[in-house]
Amino acid sequence: MTELCARNISVHANTKALVEHASLSLRGGELVALLGANGAGKTTLLRAILGLIGLSAGVASLAGIDIRKLSSMERARQVSYLPQRRPLAWPNTVRDVVALGRFAHGAALGRLGKLDAQAVDAAIESCDLSSLADRQTDTLSGGELARVHVARAIAAAAPFLLADEPVAALDPRHQLGIIKLVREYVNDGGGALLVLHDVALAARFADRLIWMTGGRIVADGSPEETCTVQQMREVYGVRAKIRSDADGFDIRIIGAV
Amino acid sequence: MTHRQLISLLIAASIFAVAAACMLGSTPLAVPRVLAALAGQASAGDMMVVWEIRLPRALTAFVVGAALGTSGAALQGLLRNPLAEPGVLGVTATAALAATFTLYYGLASTWVYALPLSSILGALIATALLAAAAIRIKSVVTLILLGVGLSSFSAAAMSLLLNFAPNPFSLSDMINWLLGSVANRSFDDLKLSAPLVALGLALLFATRRGLSALTLGEEAASGVGLNLRRQRLAVVTGAGIATGAAVALAGAIGFVGIVAPHIVRPFVNHDPARSLVPSALLGGLMLVIADIGVRLLPTNAELKLGVVAALIGAPAFVWIAFRRRAVND
Repeated sequence: MTELCARNISVHANTKALVEHASLSLRGGELVALLGANGAGKTTLLRAILGLIGLSAGVASLAGIDIRKLSSMERARQVSYLPQRRPLAWPNTVRDVVALGRFAHGAALGRLGKLDAQAVDAAIESCDLSSLADRQTDTLSGGELARVHVARAIAAAAPFLLADEPVAALDPRHQLGIIKLVREYVNDGGGALLVLHDVALAARFADRLIWMTGGRIVADGSPEETCTVQQMREVYGVRAKIRSDADGFDIRIIGAV
Repeated sequence: MTHRQLISLLIAASIFAVAAACMLGSTPLAVPRVLAALAGQASAGDMMVVWEIRLPRALTAFVVGAALGTSGAALQGLLRNPLAEPGVLGVTATAALAATFTLYYGLASTWVYALPLSSILGALIATALLAAAAIRIKSVVTLILLGVGLSSFSAAAMSLLLNFAPNPFSLSDMINWLLGSVANRSFDDLKLSAPLVALGLALLFATRRGLSALTLGEEAASGVGLNLRRQRLAVVTGAGIATGAAVALAGAIGFVGIVAPHIVRPFVNHDPARSLVPSALLGGLMLVIADIGVRLLPTNAELKLGVVAALIGAPAFVWIAFRRRAVND
């Protein structure tokens, strides 16, 4: 089975270590949440895994092949990436933005091939954007726009999805909507690695939580194992009360340490 | 209006405009006389007016407009800003400066390729500088300020050359480059520079899918599979060659590259890739029409095409700048 794998990755900016000795793996059918305070190195780790930035040590591999040896197109057909900052330079239509997800398959806007058009339609459908497909993106609300970006990432039909804060700045209902979309993608066999800030949301939907602090991965395991009071203290520097039941985790932040 | 209809309309309008350019002028020629001349069956005088003067001049205006319109559309796609344009970014000024150098030192008369190649080199230096800066500075406003600086510097260096012009003839030659004109261009000039324009445009068309992808911003664009480095290099080189060759033909003509893509964009769903061909056609059409205007205006000395383009284009630039949404700064 294909596996997206980071082994002992370190990234330095000048002399400062942004990520140190990070190792993780992601398989199909797995939803993994990457947790950590601001500046913990989550975004840098995603970029490093994708080969978008230089590594000072370690290797990121896809099915055993060093990801930096793949061309941008080959990589993009395997791993779809949703960055944290998602500027849209022009007020394109929703359909065109989603169609850009098919770039690595050779799609040209306005002249989509049959396969590309099918993938775009399916992504638009699954993200509940059918009624907005011909709207310009500058007329959409924040929640609608977030769904457009997720649809773009899903349209690639890549086996892996790395998403950096896909639910940031969304209301609870839209957060749930987006996570459920990713969950569907995972149930269909995809492997997703999401950077999330809502620990309760992550613990409820993810199969595995990876906790980062100061550029290092300090825990990697199921929500039951790793979502602890101690972990919250170490990673976020907060005192928390945690209860879990059938509906998920109830995490109450009491105060800073 | 679909993309295809838009292109058909612009092609028809361009042909009509070039035909009108052959008819109108100090000696108006009626349609049958122009057609006869084009078919090679008119009087020697008519033949000369059409083949030696009006047709090459109109086609030169079209080629120059197409080069500038496409370069503008491509640079706007690359830099994700509707204000990016060869003129505003100082590319045409730098190319004109390089061209002026070869005129000043008399190189242009010793080797025919000296003028087009030097102006292409000037344009490439400017685009390369801008692209290198664009990687470092994220703010597009800063980048445009850099272009303004580049423009001012080239203008100053050009003034210096004018200041030291050896004789009135080279002075007027150089002023021609400074102001931009397609007067007295022949098919020989076109034969020299048009293939270079075509080369630059071919390079820009080859990057069109990447320009669409850049809509998502650089990080997501590389995420969907774009090789950013190659994309930048291709756009910079293509725009440099096309703009440089256009400047070699007509001198510094500004603002076509900003106005044409701006008008086209709403008709192509704001997709940079689909705006390339219509921007080329509209840029060409605009300059052919402006040049007809220049020739018909009853002035003592003929107005320079570049002056008219700036008189129309500069206010349009201000207007677009004023209405711009502040999204990607």
